[in-house]
Amino acid sequence: MQEHLVVSASPHIREDVSVRKVMYSVVIALVPAIVGSIYFYGPRALFLTLLACAAAVLTEAVIQKLRGVPVAVTDGSALVTGILLAFNIPPGVPWWIPVVGSVFAIAIGKQVFGGLGYNPLNPALLGRAFLLASWPVHMTTMWLPGRGGTLSGLSLSGIDVVTQATPLAIMKSVNAVISDPASTTHQIVQAREVLARLGSSDTIANLFIGNVGGCIGETSALLLLIGAAYLMFKHYISWRVPAAYIVTVAVLTSIFGGPTGLFTGNALFHILSGGLILGAFFMATDMVTSPVTPRGMLVFGVGCGVLTTVIRLIGGYPEGVSYSILLMNIATPLIDGRTRPKKFGEVKQSG
Amino acid sequence: MSVSKEFTKGFYNENPVFRLALGLCPALAVSTSVENALGMGAAATFVLIGSNMVISILRKLIPAKVRIPCFIVIIASFVTIVELMMGAYLPELSKSLGIFIPLIVVNCVILGRAEAYASKHGIFLSALDGIGMGLGFTFALVLLGAIREILGDGKLMGYMVFGPDFQPVLLMILAPGAFITLGLLMGYFNMLDDKRKKKLEKGPSS
Repeated sequence: MQEHLVVSASPHIREDVSVRKVMYSVVIALVPAIVGSIYFYGPRALFLTLLACAAAVLTEAVIQKLRGVPVAVTDGSALVTGILLAFNIPPGVPWWIPVVGSVFAIAIGKQVFGGLGYNPLNPALLGRAFLLASWPVHMTTMWLPGRGGTLSGLSLSGIDVVTQATPLAIMKSVNAVISDPASTTHQIVQAREVLARLGSSDTIANLFIGNVGGCIGETSALLLLIGAAYLMFKHYISWRVPAAYIVTVAVLTSIFGGPTGLFTGNALFHILSGGLILGAFFMATDMVTSPVTPRGMLVFGVGCGVLTTVIRLIGGYPEGVSYSILLMNIATPLIDGRTRPKKFGEVKQSG
Repeated sequence: MSVSKEFTKGFYNENPVFRLALGLCPALAVSTSVENALGMGAAATFVLIGSNMVISILRKLIPAKVRIPCFIVIIASFVTIVELMMGAYLPELSKSLGIFIPLIVVNCVILGRAEAYASKHGIFLSALDGIGMGLGFTFALVLLGAIREILGDGKLMGYMVFGPDFQPVLLMILAPGAFITLGLLMGYFNMLDDKRKKKLEKGPSS
């Protein structure tokens, strides 16, 4: 009887949106990028993705069973975590990496806190952070080149060093060479040539399509944007977080991103490379771990953008999307509290 | 409370790390391996027994107003003994524990027992309390250290556990590994406690 009577405060809006519906829409939105990853990196990408999903769903079911709560793996949230985790690992890693990562993401990232809706951090990103801290060699060197392309996305690779790294890693080392006073003239000339190629339309096109080395699901901006457009059309994600995030990165990298001085950076390169598009549209918009207020979303996006740029340009890692989103996840309750909209008719208190 | 209970409470009911959440700083920092955990546990146990006994002897002489500084001076004396002895006879262990040996002075397990127990009980019971608490602390550290060393290094007491192909989980040796392990263990002990309480509640009625 109790189940049929729902007692709640107003507003009594009934909407036909459920966790299940949202989660499966996200899965559908991620399908183009999955297909793209199979095309670029071969069937192994699909194999790793499926392993991550299976491990995530299984872990969720087992822990829910152990906790004595209803087993709700069919809501698709563990599936989404599995896909996103697989999207965040290099395609050349051994099979157990996505499995261990998924188990950690679900068990420690989510179920420990009480399951869906109670996790303070994005589980998939926490899984990635765990993998990166535990097996740094696997997570930072086992890249595969895109189909018929190169790891770096450079269409010509005259310089051997740069063929072993992803675009962002090259950008980092090239900038370091140019700004290092100890570099020889020859080195600087070479570095400048590489820098010019990184910013060339060929490379940018490769980055946009995704034919470069990188994590399984992060490389193709085009396919991710198709999925994101679908989610936005359905109103499951708001434009605010991604827009604030990407614009912040664009502005900051164009000002500070160049090695020679202000306003020499290549914003387009920074937007399309690494995991920014994936992070901005699919992970920073996670309903559980990002702010719910409109102003809060903007603050959240700007914060992610600042942190990402700082890590990319100054920090030790070439890429900072995952850590910046995790850090802003922690700040989410604070942001929500500070940006609570005024109640209608509320008057500013005097005194 | 019986004498044996005074001794055993430190292991489970009032385990300083898992139940009272005391002394977490050394528990998290030096539990990267069983060896370090044993060293730290032994040092803390020695200080705990010594300070408990001396404080218990002097408890009627120490004015209540200045008791904390007095306790600290007594504890610091024993810590200095440990520090010098360890430096002389176990230089490697002393090196790997580093600053955490002198920091035993401010270990809240020791000050906590001085304040809550030794200053109110006789010398025999205080010594027993010190041994029990010290062993309980050591037990907690060794448990943490064993889990972290096995997963984070693939070894136990320096011996390979999984064979050469095992890829150690570096995170477990790092700080997050300590917090995660401690959190999960605390949760586990709380769960055991809940179950035991439920059994006790059910017991008389059935």
